[in-house]
Amino acid sequence: MADFEIKDLRASVEGRQILKGVSLSIAKGEVHAVMGPNGSGKSTLSHTLMGHPGYAVDGGEVLFKGQNVLALEPDARARLGMFLAFQYPVVVPGISMANFLRTALNSKRGYDGKDKSKQVTPKEFRSMLKGELEVLHMDDSFLPRYINDGFSGGEKKRAEILQMAMLKPEIAILDETDSGLDIDSIKFVAEAVNRMRGPELGILIITHYTRVLEFIKPDFVHVLVDGKFVLSGGPEVADRLEKTGYSEWGKEETAQPQEVA
Amino acid sequence: MATVPKVEVGTDYKEKYGFFVPEEYVFKAKRGLNPDIVKEISWMKQEPEWMTKMRLRSLEIFRKKPMPTWGADLSVIDFENIFYYLKASDKQSKTWEDLPPDIKATYDRLGVPEAERKFLAGVSAQYESEVVYHSLQEELTKKGVIFTDTDSALRDHPDLFKEYFGTVIPPADNKFSALNTAVWSGGSFIYVPKGVRVDIPLQAYFRINAENMGQFERTLIICDEGSFVHYIEGCTAPIYTTDSLHSAVVEIIVKKNARCRYTTIQNWSTNVFNLVTKRAMAYGDATMEWVDGNLGSQITMKYPSVYLMEPGAKGDVLSVAFAGKGQHQDAGGKMIHVAPNTTSTITSKSISKGGGRTSYRGHIKIYPGANNCKSFVKCDALLLDDESRSDTYPYNDVDAENVTLGHEATVSKVSDEQLFYLMSRGIARAEAETMIVNGFIEPFTKELPLEYAVELNRLIQLEMEGSVG
Repeated sequence: MADFEIKDLRASVEGRQILKGVSLSIAKGEVHAVMGPNGSGKSTLSHTLMGHPGYAVDGGEVLFKGQNVLALEPDARARLGMFLAFQYPVVVPGISMANFLRTALNSKRGYDGKDKSKQVTPKEFRSMLKGELEVLHMDDSFLPRYINDGFSGGEKKRAEILQMAMLKPEIAILDETDSGLDIDSIKFVAEAVNRMRGPELGILIITHYTRVLEFIKPDFVHVLVDGKFVLSGGPEVADRLEKTGYSEWGKEETAQPQEVA
Repeated sequence: MATVPKVEVGTDYKEKYGFFVPEEYVFKAKRGLNPDIVKEISWMKQEPEWMTKMRLRSLEIFRKKPMPTWGADLSVIDFENIFYYLKASDKQSKTWEDLPPDIKATYDRLGVPEAERKFLAGVSAQYESEVVYHSLQEELTKKGVIFTDTDSALRDHPDLFKEYFGTVIPPADNKFSALNTAVWSGGSFIYVPKGVRVDIPLQAYFRINAENMGQFERTLIICDEGSFVHYIEGCTAPIYTTDSLHSAVVEIIVKKNARCRYTTIQNWSTNVFNLVTKRAMAYGDATMEWVDGNLGSQITMKYPSVYLMEPGAKGDVLSVAFAGKGQHQDAGGKMIHVAPNTTSTITSKSISKGGGRTSYRGHIKIYPGANNCKSFVKCDALLLDDESRSDTYPYNDVDAENVTLGHEATVSKVSDEQLFYLMSRGIARAEAETMIVNGFIEPFTKELPLEYAVELNRLIQLEMEGSVG
């Protein structure tokens, strides 16, 4: 049974339609991968699902817990249980990661400054953090740093996964989480994600390259070209793309990253 | 030490100016400004003759000087409709019920204690945290530090007072310094002896009363050689007053190798014109730091300045201004490099919301011969909507060689990307915006003592919700 259902989603950016009818059902416990060449609509899909104001919905719906989330603000989607790991995490100066994580966690729990029983206690916060930091091979030193400010590519992506681990979403969208990462970082990130896999979490991995799928094995793979799914299947779809790239859809791009020297 | 006997002064002025003073004299507050009122203020305070003369001379200067037109619009101030001196008892005539509801609500939200909020609202004339104040005073006295209100200083330390008063900001400096010198009342007086470090910040808070938080307060701080003091004035809770003009003067002398930090957090109610002159003289290897936060008022014009008088002197201004609907914050800083090898920085952060207007106005002056000076100015403006406005007016005069002068200015809006990022984690829009604004002023907040930083963040939150009048 689908816990998260995208139905005929159409979306545009600056008046140009990018998503031309995307449908996808995710059940909790499943890992889906959406693969596609540049310009196929992968970023538009992730941003539209989370409600970025720069992306206009032209049609379709996204059903989660009995609601069409397209009508909700991004914060309401997050509180409902959605999470987006950003491809390009945003720098916010002057706010520490610790403060950010605590505020986000309190918001997720519905703490609005009044009902103290919903507020995360310092002790609870510390013990949650400690475990997750270890898995991601991170240490305390990044907690007083400003949100993503001066973070290396690897640190940013690990910080995204740390947020995911803390917020415990039911539907997580990982947008190009492997891009810009060295192989060690990919392993740490994948280890953390795999730890979270389970019957309470559905995952949507959005990626250009097959590499990350070696570490986070998908149950389903969907190929997105020009705003539509052109092929859906099991993990074997990724293997096929690894060999032939996107050439069968007229795109001369491989699905393997350039070797990092 | 030549002290002027109090009674004699009073008698003297009675004769001189023909005052009829009954035994049970009751001062009747009057609106308007003229030599009689100025004489009466001086007489009421039983001041020495030199001060009365200085006040009268300043009144003349005030009258002659034209209204400045280069900054905010001040034409609406009606000088004849202002009380220039009120005894504390006159200020108590208001009752709590008379207060505008938004001010009361803000006190509630900030959790300001009862006694304190009555004082801030002008309902009570005194707020003294006696115990803390007295133990502090004892410790200071042991070290030879003088920390008192300015009226008492004139009475109790006349020589020291006369030596420095009006030397950093003479009455003729500008129209409002002349006005202040004519009618000043209250303020703080601090003297720190040679080599003495005052470890805890001195706060006007310890001894705030209607006298030293008046409209025309006058503050004088003298840091003798090698000393250190941090003075904090104001508080984040809004100060409610029905008087529409606040015009203070702050003079600071920082002698060789000394360091002074002066922190202000001001949040006047939005009917107030806040026109303040603040200036320090920094001598050899001395450091002067102004940390200046302006939240309330209708119009603020304030440009803390440092005159760098001898080699090695260093001046810093770090300021934050928040302008909401109907407010104009015209703030900045001035660095006057008189001697070679002096350095200065000005960092200005401003936030405009709901049609509010902020201006950065700064002046860097490097005199001939003041070679090898360094000065850096950075001003960042954050606009929260399209109706709000921010301007930058930097003036640089450089007449020396080997000077390093830097200027950086940015104007930005709360970015959609930052908002989306925070909201995607479940944080509601209003809270996310507040976080971004608090993050923007964090370089300022981190310089404040913790309790002030926490209060400032809460206040920004209230301002963002638009619930502060």
